[in-house]
Amino acid sequence: MAALPAMKIALLADVHANLEALTACLDHARRAGAEDHAFLGDLVGYGADPRAVLDVVGELASRGALAVRGNHDDAALSPAGDEGMNQAAKRAAAWTREVIGPDHRAFLEGLPFQVRREAVHLVHGSAAAPEKHLYVTDARAASASLSRADGATWLFCGHVHEPALYYTVGGARPLPFKPVPGVAIPVPSRRQWLAIVGSAGQPRDGNTAACYAMLDLERATLTFHRVPYDWESAARKILAAGLPERLAVRLQKGE
Amino acid sequence: MGRLPEVGEGLDGYRITGKLHSGGMGVLLTVEPAEELGFPLVMKIPRLGYGEPAEAVVSYEVEQLVLSVLKGPHVPRFVAAGDLAATPYIVMELVEGECLKERVERIPLPPEEVADVGAAVATALRAIHQQEVVHLDVKPSNIILRPTGEAVFVDFGLAHHAHYPDLLAEESRAPMGSAPYISPEQVLGVRSDPRSDLFALGAMLYELATGKLPFGSPTGPSGLRKRLYTEPVPPRAIRKEIPEWLQEIILHLLEPDANQRYATAAQVAFDLTHADQVVVTERGQRLERAGLGTRFRRWFKAKGMEPAAVVRPSAQLANARIVLAAVATAHTNEALFQAQRDAVRRLLAADPGSRLACVTVVKPASVAGAETEDDVATTQAIKNLVHLRHWAEPLQLDPATVSFHALEGSDPAATVLAYARANAVDQIVIGAPPPDLPLRALMGTFATKIAAEAPCTVTLVRPPAPGRDHGTVG
Repeated sequence: MAALPAMKIALLADVHANLEALTACLDHARRAGAEDHAFLGDLVGYGADPRAVLDVVGELASRGALAVRGNHDDAALSPAGDEGMNQAAKRAAAWTREVIGPDHRAFLEGLPFQVRREAVHLVHGSAAAPEKHLYVTDARAASASLSRADGATWLFCGHVHEPALYYTVGGARPLPFKPVPGVAIPVPSRRQWLAIVGSAGQPRDGNTAACYAMLDLERATLTFHRVPYDWESAARKILAAGLPERLAVRLQKGE
Repeated sequence: MGRLPEVGEGLDGYRITGKLHSGGMGVLLTVEPAEELGFPLVMKIPRLGYGEPAEAVVSYEVEQLVLSVLKGPHVPRFVAAGDLAATPYIVMELVEGECLKERVERIPLPPEEVADVGAAVATALRAIHQQEVVHLDVKPSNIILRPTGEAVFVDFGLAHHAHYPDLLAEESRAPMGSAPYISPEQVLGVRSDPRSDLFALGAMLYELATGKLPFGSPTGPSGLRKRLYTEPVPPRAIRKEIPEWLQEIILHLLEPDANQRYATAAQVAFDLTHADQVVVTERGQRLERAGLGTRFRRWFKAKGMEPAAVVRPSAQLANARIVLAAVATAHTNEALFQAQRDAVRRLLAADPGSRLACVTVVKPASVAGAETEDDVATTQAIKNLVHLRHWAEPLQLDPATVSFHALEGSDPAATVLAYARANAVDQIVIGAPPPDLPLRALMGTFATKIAAEAPCTVTLVRPPAPGRDHGTVG
């Protein structure tokens, strides 16, 4: 198991082939002092830039960035992976399968369903069943995920597009907290923390700005960020690619 | 955790110079830093470890976090904190002054003194609520009055900060706080409502004014729940010297339903410093508690009471603002008056919880140079108040939400600014200088000075230019 040399890690989830959002988040993270990156699944699907996004993330991964596989990454590899998805998502997945190259496929195929580095655990959905991509939408699901995360102090995931932080205080269940952007929240190692960093490429909480989070291991703080990006270009590309209009509208409304 | 350090010893570069207090929750030591900071320091060491309640650790974490992010004169300045894994401690400013607990020893206090103390505490509450913090343990022993008159809160071990996960929140925890002062919603486990602090302030002012605690010191859950439906004996029934306006304020703070209380601490401070402007209702006059019927209805309601969710402390502040309209009563400019009224009307419509303070400035009597100075000053003030009321009449405001002030001062801008600062005004609405004023003349105007120095947003109002007659060729 490799060590975690970096002290400041930018965590991005659900990029969904949105190059504009990815670029804006990476730029913000660089200025905020990020030394490393982690991607929490669903690099592709919905958006019009799967090739460019996979190139950028592949390059970061070759330099040590961590990444796990999400359900939309599954669907980009095989039609069997789109089970349970809505029509728009299925159409986007089929389109993605056509446009990505063999090296992109190889990169996605090589992604594990969960990654562990020291006390940091990464998974797309729930650690309770990483391959199944379960949603963590309440304290009960958070508890189930934390209990299967092998004693991790910090468990990071995506899949649910709204940012959230669950924390244990000693009670039976973790408590939910809605993070405030830009506030460095102390996340000391004497508790367990489950953070849903929020979607970079398809925010759904009525705010168009991209989500990502920064873990500062030296200070034991976690900061959720919102980054405004050029969603108009991203939406235009979705329409130009012939993808469902609904997917472009979502970026415009952040829903 | 190991043993506590002794006087004369050092800890992380701080030399222990004395022991201030040793209590159930921990010890307070005076310390000196390696490098002088310019103010005295105190080190608070919590009692943690085996045999101590788990809450003590969490409470220490909460206090450390909240103190480290709070700013301003109403909290001790945070200096450093020890590592929880080694020796936990907090080093902060030793606040010098009088602990309010000392005043409790000579209760009941005169009404004016109660109002002064209340205004100082309300001002301090406003400062912490604005920073997204609810104190949740407001009581005399947690408040120190600086020699300058500012109130300082000294214990944040139960506080809630909306920007951070609440470590003290837990579904099944018994209510925390001090039984005589905690609010009904706090009894039900709500920790995010700034109006809980207003209730506690009400309980404290009740105690200072009457010499009695409004709800006694209940020890069990059913005793605590009584405040959900029982109101205290009206202060004036205990001491008839208590003026109606003070009873009005105290009982307004002690409303069981948070929605019926003052919306913000700034409004409380405002009323406590403007006794003559308090609109006294039945609440301020009553000499008996509500009848059995009302109590039964409240009790019935309280049985199934689910407190409403509160978003953030500052969200509460945002829609209950204090708007100041400075009206130039000496000039008769009906177009400007109208424009200013329109601007105020729109502001009040956008935030219905807001209050309006209508202000004008009159020259001090000595400047006016009359023979019977006091008489002239009084006449002048009354005349100006009449003008102010006349100006506000078309707004048709609830009398409880508007007040009128003829301020004395030789420098109108400085007088209005001082008033705005003292009363935590959120927005000032004034008339703009005429549009054709040369820049040099503009620099010295009332409006420019207000805009440059105001502690809040300033709206400059200018009536629309008289319309050009489109029908004629110019």
